[in-house]
Amino acid sequence: MKIKKLLTTYIPVLLIVLFAIGPYFWTFLSSITPEKDLYTVDFRFFPTHPTFNNYTRLFTKIHFARNIMDSLIVAVSTALIGLLITIPASYSFSRFRFKGRNIMLMQFLGINMFPIMLLIIPLFIIMKNLHLMDTHFALIIAYSTMAIPFSIWMLTSFFNSIPKELDQAALIDGCSNIQAMIRVTIPIALPGIVSTGIYIFITGWNEFLYAAILTNSAVRTIPVALQNMIGEYQIEWGLLTAGGIVSALPVIILFFFIQRHLISGMTAGAVKG
Amino acid sequence: MKKRSGSFPYILITPALAITILIIFIPMFRTFTYSLTNYILWKPAERGFIGLQNYRQAFSDPILLLSLKNTVIWIVVIIAGQFLLGLSTAMLLNRDFIGRGIARSLILIPWVTPSVITALMWRWMYDGNYGVINEILVRLGILDVYFPFLASSSAALWAIMLALLWQGFPFFAVMILAGLQAIPNELYEAAEVDGAGNLVKFFRITLPMLKPVILTTILLRTIWVANSLDIIFIMTGGGPGYSTYTLPLYSYIRAYKGFDFGYSSVIAILLTIFLIVFIAGYIKSILKEGEK
Repeated sequence: MKIKKLLTTYIPVLLIVLFAIGPYFWTFLSSITPEKDLYTVDFRFFPTHPTFNNYTRLFTKIHFARNIMDSLIVAVSTALIGLLITIPASYSFSRFRFKGRNIMLMQFLGINMFPIMLLIIPLFIIMKNLHLMDTHFALIIAYSTMAIPFSIWMLTSFFNSIPKELDQAALIDGCSNIQAMIRVTIPIALPGIVSTGIYIFITGWNEFLYAAILTNSAVRTIPVALQNMIGEYQIEWGLLTAGGIVSALPVIILFFFIQRHLISGMTAGAVKG
Repeated sequence: MKKRSGSFPYILITPALAITILIIFIPMFRTFTYSLTNYILWKPAERGFIGLQNYRQAFSDPILLLSLKNTVIWIVVIIAGQFLLGLSTAMLLNRDFIGRGIARSLILIPWVTPSVITALMWRWMYDGNYGVINEILVRLGILDVYFPFLASSSAALWAIMLALLWQGFPFFAVMILAGLQAIPNELYEAAEVDGAGNLVKFFRITLPMLKPVILTTILLRTIWVANSLDIIFIMTGGGPGYSTYTLPLYSYIRAYKGFDFGYSSVIAILLTIFLIVFIAGYIKSILKEGEK
């Protein structure tokens, strides 16, 4: 019985987990290998002289600290603005049944269906005409387009899980509609709101396509900085893998904090059908 | 909830609605008007309305046809792969075993990985001279010599699709796992009393109960996968030749490298139409199935 469980459960699970984290494992090993040792004829899986040289070069040779700063500014602003816009809308969708509600909700969620290419060109031209090219603001605007549909989906689901009787009690106690929302429902939904905000932050931190087109040299987020390193004639894989680890790590750590909330919010709609 | 909330619900929606119209719907409409013009950024003098000429050009463009073919392969293979691996993963992670919590967390890592990092990690692993995948395949005796996966016009698209399988299967796993946990145990107990085996239970209980989740997830992922182009852009840039071109990538390259906004818009619009037809067909077939 034990051997059967080993064969049918533990080994397949182990294989899938290996598939999931294997690329990171290899990327990390490459990042602590001296650059020249990566390109030798006799292949080594583990570095003979492990070093953090690639990581220090990341901050001395290319301006990676500046890239991190740019990414932080853009991602944090997008998360805050995204939440500010979508919290009231989601509350409205969750709490009220009004004319046009379903169409509006569909309209917000349907935005995701349209290819990003439909938006990149006009946004490029708008930003150029407004002289906003190569600014944080251009990216924040562009990223809000991605944040709104997802955030409304998640927050409506979180608000739905809070009993409406709480708002009603507040109204009976003499609160106005706005007070009921701000003083009662939002504080209870806070864990869900924070999780959604962090998820918006993650998508902003990870985004590449808009950043490659809307920014150039004054603002350069991490994904663009890494891609520029690939674009060069001789790719320095030691440096590049170190950059990959540095930029992926915060995202993975943040994600572990929010995964429970995120998954419950995301699946609530789909599982119930 | 009380019925007379008046204008309050509308006021709450206004900011989101205004922004959506301003930075999504109006720009999208502009893309349509660009598609009817000869809009090349660095040739402002020649810019003007040219009617359907871009569209005529598109219908006789061999690269567009190849991109369309690749897009179909891209969607079907990746979605099928992500679904099958996601389903298997969810079934496994729904069992009782030691370390289940950790395994459930670890398999989510690919899903939050930035596309640029996914692309560079896989590009480095596929490397034709120093790549770890080549080394492993040679040591296992599957390959005799190193193979340049991303420089081969027959293998490159498949190599990139494996990277997308990696990045996307956790989403399926998470959704299906949630679906599995919602199936009441009594169903299985009743089936066991009737003497049903594991296969019967899977096809008669598990799959039918999972159907709504699976259908929704496939729809969400199809949209996402059809539009994703950043990983191809970084792994091969469409090459070698045009062998890894898909519609969104073609559109992006025309805008990013050629600043040919008119033609790029046409490709984006054709992609949108293709997607809408695809999704409408999908939803229609689900509804038809439901009537039976």
